[in-house]
Amino acid sequence: MLELTARQLRDKIARREIRSVEAVEAVCGQIDRAEATVGAYLSLDREGAMEAAQRVDAKIAAGQTVGLLAGVPMAVKDNMCRQGAATTCGSKILENFRSPYDAHVIERLNAAGAVILGKTNLDEFAMGSSTENSGLKRTINPWDPTRVPGGSSGGSAAAVASRMCFAALGSDTGGSIRQPASLCGVVGLKPTYGRVSRYGLVAYGSSLDQIGMLTRDVADTAMVLQAIAGHDDRDSTCVREERAPIPDYSAKLDEPVTGLRIAVVPHLNAGAEPQVMAAVNRAIDVYRSLGATVVEVEMPHLDYAIACYYVIATAEASSNLSRYDGVHYGHRSRRADEFAQVYNLSRAEGFGAEVKRRIMLGTYALSSGYYDAYYLKALKVRNLIRRDFSQVFETADCILMPVSPTTAFRLGEKTADPLQMYLADIYTIAANLVGIPGISVPCGFDEKNLPIGLQILSGPFTEDKLLRIARMFEKNSGLPVRVPSVCEGL
Amino acid sequence: MKDLDYKVIVGLEIHVHLATRTKMFCGCELAYGQEPNSRVCPVCLGMPGSLPVMNRQAVEHSILTAMALHCRITPHTKWDRKSYYYPDLPKNYQISQYDLPIGQNGFIEIPGQGGQVKRIRILRAHLEEDAGKNTHTFGAFSAIDLNRAGSPLLEIVTEPDLESPAEVRALAQELQRIVRYLGVSEADMQKGHMRFEPNINLHITRDGQVFKTPITEVKNLNSFRSIERSVAYEIERQLDEFIETGKTLQMGNKKTFGWDDANQCTVLQREKEEAHDYRYFPEPDLVPVEVSPQWMESIGSRLCELPLVRQQRFVQQYGMSDYDAGVLTADRATAEFFEQSVRAGGQAKRVCNLLTQAGLKLANEKGRTVAELGISAANLARLAQMADSGQTSATAAVAIFEAMTQSDSGPEAIAAERNLIQKSDAGEIESLVDAVIAANPQAVEDWREGGKKSAKSRGFLLGQVIQKSKGQANPKIVSEILDRKK
Repeated sequence: MLELTARQLRDKIARREIRSVEAVEAVCGQIDRAEATVGAYLSLDREGAMEAAQRVDAKIAAGQTVGLLAGVPMAVKDNMCRQGAATTCGSKILENFRSPYDAHVIERLNAAGAVILGKTNLDEFAMGSSTENSGLKRTINPWDPTRVPGGSSGGSAAAVASRMCFAALGSDTGGSIRQPASLCGVVGLKPTYGRVSRYGLVAYGSSLDQIGMLTRDVADTAMVLQAIAGHDDRDSTCVREERAPIPDYSAKLDEPVTGLRIAVVPHLNAGAEPQVMAAVNRAIDVYRSLGATVVEVEMPHLDYAIACYYVIATAEASSNLSRYDGVHYGHRSRRADEFAQVYNLSRAEGFGAEVKRRIMLGTYALSSGYYDAYYLKALKVRNLIRRDFSQVFETADCILMPVSPTTAFRLGEKTADPLQMYLADIYTIAANLVGIPGISVPCGFDEKNLPIGLQILSGPFTEDKLLRIARMFEKNSGLPVRVPSVCEGL
Repeated sequence: MKDLDYKVIVGLEIHVHLATRTKMFCGCELAYGQEPNSRVCPVCLGMPGSLPVMNRQAVEHSILTAMALHCRITPHTKWDRKSYYYPDLPKNYQISQYDLPIGQNGFIEIPGQGGQVKRIRILRAHLEEDAGKNTHTFGAFSAIDLNRAGSPLLEIVTEPDLESPAEVRALAQELQRIVRYLGVSEADMQKGHMRFEPNINLHITRDGQVFKTPITEVKNLNSFRSIERSVAYEIERQLDEFIETGKTLQMGNKKTFGWDDANQCTVLQREKEEAHDYRYFPEPDLVPVEVSPQWMESIGSRLCELPLVRQQRFVQQYGMSDYDAGVLTADRATAEFFEQSVRAGGQAKRVCNLLTQAGLKLANEKGRTVAELGISAANLARLAQMADSGQTSATAAVAIFEAMTQSDSGPEAIAAERNLIQKSDAGEIESLVDAVIAANPQAVEDWREGGKKSAKSRGFLLGQVIQKSKGQANPKIVSEILDRKK
């Protein structure tokens, strides 16, 4: 059963071939086997999941209509609020915090009949590319326990890859869905900024954050996106459906895009490992064989994306994280014996090193006298990058590039050098700065049997086309089926 | 020493609580005096993951106020985060407007000396969210009430055009009248709906040289009296300080004071203006605000004649005193009710008298406006006509006015029912006069003889006639007939 995709499982549950409780039991069995090794989950709600599964089964038995994700066991990154449940963001400062409300996406999952199994590990406040910045747990890559799962949605990627759930939600501020999806060999989509409500997603970089999903295949991504996309009055940056209608993402998924025009950016690819580039180039050849035309384009301002991102994201983060002060909720220092110490000590004790680093960077960038030179300049660069993309999309349907310059690196390999870690985001960051959708699709393995991801980027609110393009490759890639080591013997 | 030649320079920052249904960025109802932390939600508590949503009504109230203050309305505006750490500020940043305030470069007219009007320039008006309230009455702990957190606040900043404590007070009161006229704020000082922060210094001329004293800001004043007194106090204090120390205005020597109401003095809060870096940047959780011409127009249609303009017009148009005009224009409903009654045929002076003598007293007793007493403008106009034509006495008219607040009947019916109609029939009155003359020969003789007893006797005879008519004879006519018979 664990080999089924979410969509196959959903169909079988709907046809009463499998009961949802059986799916939950199967997943829990795999969690019992693999979780001690993988460490994907920060919290599990087996009882709640079983009850939700029973409710779905009862509805189906009674012949009632059920939602799009009815009975499918799913995981949620632990920076999305679920009422009454721990929402830690992988941080000691929120280790004992329980959210009083449901995020919009949780409401949507509940409405669609999904069974929420638990919350997954992440880099603290989604800041990182390896999940090593989690203040609470270590997650490993299911393909090699000595390696990182990527990040920041590393827990979600590892949970999907190791079959400890059928699909998971993640969030992507600079690549945090796509990069771990790539490193763990699963599909990961970051939708257009504004496609999915951020209400209840704990903010890191508000103008960059977007909720998406990590799944076994592109069809699952289409199904989960269908369930969570759409306007929400509680998020002002969430686009109204009159302006950007939501199509049926699954209806035409298997129809290839005819006359597909693909753009590639040669000068960007110099930094990628040869094996990564080789796999991406093989993928491009697959598209060529399907009749696509490939053009080389220049995107001169992409070189500044990382610098631009680390100013904007940290500036927003420094403000977004100021609310964790030990006064209203979350960790409060026991050592504080006067007013200012409550703030200083609670934050000093509660935040990890990377979060502190980014708060300091962002605070600096917004400080009087530096604002124009850093923040304002970054906004201008952001506009230039935006222009680069809109020019490319005038003539191309999509842009292909790697997701990550490397396959999964070793635990601890980059923790001592934050700049090296930041460079891991080189291919993914631009989509967040520009707000466009991007997907990571498995496109091969390196010699160490580590997955490689192909990244496809397309114009704003063209997820339907993006998914079809991704699906074209998925169906025609001719990749051998491999399973991660933790799944052997299932 | 204090006979120095000096000029007072005051600029005012005013925070006005807007009377919207809900808070600035969430759906919590605005409520005063509720159980602490009972009007809160994840958004105004700054819970992780919550997002603000702009309250359109608050923006409209602000634009309307800015229009009334003759500001230029910013067509493309936005929200900014202002960062500082304080326990009553749950997010540790306040959503405000930094470089694109909703209104800029306006003015307000305030009553000056001798019926003159003085124009005070408005630098800016911007919208922001209020903080909560810290209280320190729990021993070693402080308590935080966040009911107020997230309430919409309009901050209005004047240029330093005010030159006396009286002007500062006049501006505060005029602004209160304006926001009430516009219906954008209850402006109840007791509930803290308006808070004032004057910035004060002096330009002292000595030996042909001008010395500027260091600026002081007095925080959080919430009564007209405290504004006026704190400015007056600061003037004296700054003069004394200057005489004693000779200190003048320099970068960074601004001081912040509070007002000690018990001791009627200002109290130093911060010696040096802290080098506060608020790290303003555009609020990424909200989209920019486009104020379209259509939107402006529909908001502008709610504008009305401003109270001070109306007050002056009443003096001009109806020939009433500035005092009466001020009373009638104190609130918009009363002013409009007055004019409706005049348009319905009431003579202005009479309507004014009825309203100021009977109406306002009753309205105050009932805690309502005159317009809410239950009297129609048409009935008030008819009552005024009756009093004018002598059908009722002025005293009776007040009684009828009071009766009308409790009855659906018109003034004529009430007057008839209560025998408050004056008799003006000359024939009828003449027979009464004759009877009184016949019955009081001594008084008639004293009256006709002239001398010191004459006036008193005439009064007596007049009174007898009125008494015989059971108070219904029109005194004017009685008087005429009596005098003919001298």
